[in-house]
Amino acid sequence: MRAYRALISARFRMLLQYRAAAIGGIGTQLFFGLAMIMAYEAFYRSSSAAQPMSYRDIVTYVWLGQAFLAMLPWNVDTDLRALIRSGAVAYEMLRPMDLYWAWYCRALALRIAPTLLRAIPVVTLAMLFLGMHLPPTPASAAAWALGMLGSLFLGCAFTMLMNISLLWTISGEGITTLIPALVLVCSGMNIPLPLFPAWAQRILYWLPFRGLIDVPFRLYLGEIPPGEAGPLFLQQMAWTAALILAGRWLLSRGKRRLIVQGG
Amino acid sequence: MSHVIVEDLVKTFRIAEREPGIWGALRGLAQRRFRTVRALDRVSFKLEPGELVGYIGPNGAGKSTTVKVLAGILVPDSGRCEVLGRVPWRERTTNVQQIGVVFGQRTQLWWDLPVGESFDLLRDIYRVPAADYRKKRDELIGLLTLEPLLDVPVRQLSLGQRMRCDLAAALLHSPAILYLDEPTIGLDAISKLAVRDFVRRLNRQEGVTVILTTHDMDDIEALCSRVLVISQGRILSDGSLAGLRAQVTTERRLIVDLVDEADWMEDPDAEVIRRDGRRLYLRFDPERIPAAQLIARLTSRYAIQDLYVENPPIEEIIARLYRGLPA
Repeated sequence: MRAYRALISARFRMLLQYRAAAIGGIGTQLFFGLAMIMAYEAFYRSSSAAQPMSYRDIVTYVWLGQAFLAMLPWNVDTDLRALIRSGAVAYEMLRPMDLYWAWYCRALALRIAPTLLRAIPVVTLAMLFLGMHLPPTPASAAAWALGMLGSLFLGCAFTMLMNISLLWTISGEGITTLIPALVLVCSGMNIPLPLFPAWAQRILYWLPFRGLIDVPFRLYLGEIPPGEAGPLFLQQMAWTAALILAGRWLLSRGKRRLIVQGG
Repeated sequence: MSHVIVEDLVKTFRIAEREPGIWGALRGLAQRRFRTVRALDRVSFKLEPGELVGYIGPNGAGKSTTVKVLAGILVPDSGRCEVLGRVPWRERTTNVQQIGVVFGQRTQLWWDLPVGESFDLLRDIYRVPAADYRKKRDELIGLLTLEPLLDVPVRQLSLGQRMRCDLAAALLHSPAILYLDEPTIGLDAISKLAVRDFVRRLNRQEGVTVILTTHDMDDIEALCSRVLVISQGRILSDGSLAGLRAQVTTERRLIVDLVDEADWMEDPDAEVIRRDGRRLYLRFDPERIPAAQLIARLTSRYAIQDLYVENPPIEEIIARLYRGLPA
């Protein structure tokens, strides 16, 4: 365990060096957040029908999304991609560690470090000036925190699948264009899932993406009461386990391929 | 007990081939053709504890494939392989705990971390007990003069500095076997000597078994008592450097400095192969004529200022050994 912890912490410190990217990211996130809120405002004003989410909730939802965008599995580990391209990835197996968990640790750092750098300033600014509000009750806050933790592990399992796919595709350009679109839409990042038509919701509520954004964010809003969180957490964990198993299976097959490139 | 046992190891790779041009690319989509390459073709050898073995061969001969099998990264098609009594690919993590690997062409340190932090990370990865780690680390820092480098991020190191750090990194967990893959490649003369001295000391004083892969024959001459030559996946020769020479040629060289530049030299038992001003290079076979007799005859006939006898350079021996193969 100590080995994996050390790996996360080293990677984490490395990623925290990208402060300029984080500052740039904050600007981008604020811009996108404002643009989305303006679109929702126009949409809510032009419609007199009752909406599944209040405007006030939508604003908070948008800012949560902007604050935690980097936690979504939207990119691959670029250092890992470089290793795979050069064939040097075979040497990763010289460490006395399980390859899947060692890479999973990298994924954890990849998701946590940029999120911390962005989330704190974005949430602070949004709370002070931009209409974001706190969870309605401490229970909702606690349920949100647990949901975020689950979302992190689920997102890393997703990231791992994308990383492992590089063993076949090498460049990963197809995957990194396709998957983020899927993740952004199906997780509820772009449009909250309650605003989708009923038939789409039936599918989306069943898919793994929901556990990334929809579940924790609606727990934050209290839109899903903390009492109903149990089965959702179970679903989140079940998907995480399934994706990890799939990733481990794929990696054991992919290992055989990566070796050939080393020569 | 042998540290490494390799018997009849075979490893083949399937490589997708495609014909050149657009037509070839299109045909490749429909029907892939594969070529089978035998990277290792019934390779066998044994290493005893404390040996320092040179493992040489042309590019693509199967050197790094062998090292990868020994490290448990590759699974061979057939044959037996044991490292310290374990099958490396079945017990990969236990196996790598006992071996150290250094690649001249790449680093196993973390590019963005200072050297000292990389070492600490390796301590955690290899689960080295704190007291052992401190002792080993201080010892390596002393031997390789790393003290001034500890706070420097790896990416800022020169190649020679990096290689010294990589050597230390591979030894922090006190492995019983060390694989060195071209450890002196690209290094300046002083750094090369430092690396060689260190490896020699490690082998002689601490009894670490070393496998050295290199194209630098000076490394081999300086360090290895035994040399394995591999080409096209097959072991061509296994023995001492002197034995390797004898296998290829018994020829010796006589280098003569004449008194007068205009002079020439001829002898029925020696052949002039090169002339460089007043210096002549002669080739002779000591089985046909002993060196002392040849020298006596030449000095009686010609005005000679200086002369000495040497072996053909090891590069030439190796090149002849490689060339002597069916293509």
